[in-house]
Formats: sequence, C-alpha cells, structure tokens
Amino acid sequence: MSEAAYLTATMLNVALAGRPVLQDISLSLSRRHLVALVGPNGAGKTTLLRALAGLLPSDGAIEVGGEALSALSLRERALRFAYLPQGHLVHWPLPARDIVALGRYPHGATDPARLSPKDEAAVARAMQATDVVTLAGRRVTELSGGERSRVALARVLAVEAPVLLADEPTASLDPRYQIEVMKNLRDAADGGMLVIVVTHDLGLAARFADTVLVLSGGRLAAQGAPAAALSDQTMAEVFRVSAYRADYQRETLIVPWAEI
Amino acid sequence: MVSAEITPGRRAAVIAVLAVLVLALAVGSLGIGAVRLTPVTVIDALFGGGSDVQQVIVQEIRLPRAILGVAIGAILGLSGAALQGLLRNPLASPSLFGAPQSAAFGAVLIIALGLADVRSWALPVAAIVAAFASVFVLLSVAGRGAGLLLLILAGLAISSLAGAATALVMNLSSNPFAALEIAFWLLGSLEDRSFRHVVLALPFIAAGAALLMSQRHAFRALSLGEETAQSLGVDVGRLRLVVIVGVALGVGGAVAVTGTIGFIGLVAPHLMRPLIGHDPARLLVPSALSGAALLLAADIAVRLIPSTTDIKVGVLTSVIGVPFFLYLIVRERRSLGGSVA
Repeated sequence: MSEAAYLTATMLNVALAGRPVLQDISLSLSRRHLVALVGPNGAGKTTLLRALAGLLPSDGAIEVGGEALSALSLRERALRFAYLPQGHLVHWPLPARDIVALGRYPHGATDPARLSPKDEAAVARAMQATDVVTLAGRRVTELSGGERSRVALARVLAVEAPVLLADEPTASLDPRYQIEVMKNLRDAADGGMLVIVVTHDLGLAARFADTVLVLSGGRLAAQGAPAAALSDQTMAEVFRVSAYRADYQRETLIVPWAEI
Repeated sequence: MVSAEITPGRRAAVIAVLAVLVLALAVGSLGIGAVRLTPVTVIDALFGGGSDVQQVIVQEIRLPRAILGVAIGAILGLSGAALQGLLRNPLASPSLFGAPQSAAFGAVLIIALGLADVRSWALPVAAIVAAFASVFVLLSVAGRGAGLLLLILAGLAISSLAGAATALVMNLSSNPFAALEIAFWLLGSLEDRSFRHVVLALPFIAAGAALLMSQRHAFRALSLGEETAQSLGVDVGRLRLVVIVGVALGVGGAVAVTGTIGFIGLVAPHLMRPLIGHDPARLLVPSALSGAALLLAADIAVRLIPSTTDIKVGVLTSVIGVPFFLYLIVRERRSLGGSVA
C-alpha cells in the first residue's frame, strides 16, 4: 500500500456491558480502497464499524485524516464518516429524495426543501449513481427491498465523506442488486473514498475488495489482499469451511464449499 | 403509484388556512358567552369601540380566555408532534405519558399545602418540575430507543402514580371544600381566567415552544433511527433532554393555569399528516395551529352546550379524544400487532 493511511486504529478495545467485544485491533487503511470486513456471526464486525465512526466509546487510538477521532465534534465526525446501518430503517413514510437529502445534514443542509446548489448537486449525483432518480417522489415505505437499499446507499453517498462505512448493504438483496451495490461501492472507492463494507458474502468480498479484514472472536485474525487474507488456513480456522478457488475473468473467485 | 410529493405551496396554503381558522375561532370565542356579541361588535370592542360593558366583556373577561386557548392548544399540539418526532411513534403524546397528570399533581400539592394561591409563580414552577420529572422518569424507565409497548406501560404507571398522589393530597386535605375545588380545577377549564393567568403561563409556554421548535430539523434526521441520526451529527442525548425540558415547560405552564386538558397533543398531529405529510419537522407548526383551533373550538362548544352546570373543557377534549385514540389504535392495529408488517 503505497498511499498514506487515512484511517488508523491502534490497540482498539471495546467492551459492551462489561463484556469485551473487540480486543487489540490495529489497522491502517487508505483512501481509494474498498475494504471488506468479514467474520462469523458475533465476531464484532458491526461493533468495529461503529467504533471506527465514533458511535461507540472505545479504548485505544483512532485517527482519521491525521486527527484524533476523540478530538472531533459530532459534526466533524459526521463530515468524515458516512454510516449505513443494517436494515435501512426509516420510521416515517418520507419521500425517497428527502431521505437522500438527509445525507447533506452534516453539511448544514438540514432542510431538504431548501438545499444549496452544491447540496442539490451532491444529492443528484448520488441518486444517479444508485439509479433512484425515478423514485424521488415515492415514499420509502412503499418501495421494494431492493429499491429501499439503493435509496439508503444514495443517502450515504450524498454525504461525500472521505470514509464510507456500510453494514451488510447486500443482505437480503437478489444477486443482481448485490452486484450493483458492490459496484456502487467500488466506484465510490475508485472515486477517492475509503469504503469499509461488512459482508457475509466471501465471494463478493474476494471479488470486489482490495483488502479483506477477517474478524474472529473480537480479534483481527487476518488482513490483506483477498486471496491472502482468505487463505485455506483462515477459512478453516475462522469460518470452519473449506473453499473452492478459481480465477474467472482475471478476478479471484472464492466459494465456501463444505463444513469442516 | 401515488406520489408522496406534498408541495411547499400546498403546505403554505394549509398553514394559512389554519391561521385564518384560529383567528376566526378566537373572534368567535370573544363573542360567545352569557352576552352574545357579533364578530363586528367584538372587533370594535377589542379596539376601544362599543359600550363600556362590551369593552369589559371582550377585553377583560374573554380576551385572556381566548389567548390562553390559543397558547395552550398550540403548545399541546406542538408537544404532541415533538414527542411523536422524538420517539418516532404516531401514538406518543404528553397525556398518554402522564405529563399533564404529573404537572397537575405538582400544582395540587402547592394549592393544598397552602403555599400559594392559584395566581403565584410557585404554581407553574411546581407543575413544570413535576412534568419534567414524569417525562424524564418515563424515558429513563423505557430506555433508549424504547418500543411503544414499554412507553405505554411506563406512561400508564406514571399517570396512575400521579393520579394516586393527587387523590392522596385531596384525601388528606382537611377542608372538604378545598378538596372539591381541587377536583373541579383538575377537570381543566379556561373559564374566569385573567391576564394574571396569561402572564403566569405565557413565558413558560413560549420558552417550551422555542425549545421544541429549535430541534425541528433533528426530528427529521431522527427518522432514520437514533444511531444514524448520531452519525449525521445529531447529539441524540442532548436532543432528548431538550425535548423533555420543552414539553415540561409547555405542559407544566399550561396545566398550572388551566388544569389538565388531554388528548389535543395526540389528535392535532394526526389531523395534519394527511395534509402536510409525515415529515416530523414540517408537522410542528401545523400541529400547533390545529391544537389551538381544537382547544378554541372545544372551549366555544362548552359554552354552547346547554346544561345546568358548566361543562369543563378538559372533560370535553377527553370525551372526544379518547374515542379518537381508540380509532387510531384500530387503524394502527396491524403494525401494533408485533410483527414488522
């Protein structure tokens, strides 16, 4: 990795209700990278994502863009991290476009009806990238699961933050939308963002990510390029499966094959 | 494919119509009573015309009542919309959570202890402190991101406790006439209120309204859930506290001069959603206006309904509000059934 690290964590520890969930996590990630965060259920993936965004108290040092996360205000954090939680929950039947416009909230654009031209342009870009322009006036509660997840993705893209954290954005999507979402995230990374995506789909992780972080029991079990991080040994020890490997169209293909 | 787009023009029109309605009801409120006055006479008397008697009736007897009707109806509607925004739940309201009942207990305690007559600052302060305590306890007991069931149960417990404590105060009251007076006061009324009452309540109501309005955009961000709102830069802990203080100031100030007037906070935002949309930030002002209109209308109605004794406006709002609440429950039954439909 030639580029300077943008987001670093040093000896990160997180305890929830007195129980250690993350232990001694150290990592160093650069912009223009798509990072897949994988691991078995309960490994601490979501917790790591939240801790990196400063949504959870943690021990250890996190630095973003050369500044200590702990020294940043809530607003400053919001401008650096766009966070997409699991489930794409929306409590009120708001129009899709207003949801996307909430991505500009950290920039001071708190009213979707009164966006500056700059904010308006960011919202339009994000909606085009995720192909939700035609859904703009529809209520999110009336959209299909796939449409809703694309609207949610547009919301985090509209933040135009240097770091995008996405928690299982491909969960419960059909194969076509899974690929589409990963391509959106890949484009975001190629456009200069650091994208960290939690996923259970090791195949998608291997294919689209530059770096794979493997969490196991709250510790980093492996990290590196997909083929190296998802080695046969890691697959066996962490996921307790064997894997089928191949190259297809010059991309790495990893398919979990049988339980061990 | 029904478009959810409710244009800014339509919202402005709804607000304008509501404002005119409130104004018309206020004029109507000034004209109705033992002596009926026409709107023209009312406006004339308001600005110094007409006979001395008419001036006294309009300016000194009915004007405070109308001002309190507008202010208290508005703060109740606003508090309901704000609580619904904070909790992301259309069934949230101050009266379901025991805030007015607790405020009433605070006020009754002061009255019964003889610490103050009903016109001193001690009364609103006690009501506000009690309302604050009740909402604070409610949100603490129900916990962060509490579900509706927990909130309703905690609200039930708090309003029952406040009711029991009020009953205890009346029970212990040495003078049966004092107990009767408290009982009537509790029913909630705008009758015989003077400008002293307006001065007593209005600062607190205005402060509460300002606090709640200052958070309007945060309610919109909160539509995405607490964690996501936080990731957008909303300090959710601070937001909760500000809303609790705002509701307590508004409801406490209102209860201190009128007793408990329930269900306006629940009904007002509901009437506005079909017209304004579901955006919790945009609902605040229309809910306040429709709350004012509802209370003024109810206060006019109690003067029109023929009866030997006065019907208290708080009784009327509950008699109308509770069936409306039942209707809402029926309508929301599917989502309340537990499954995420």
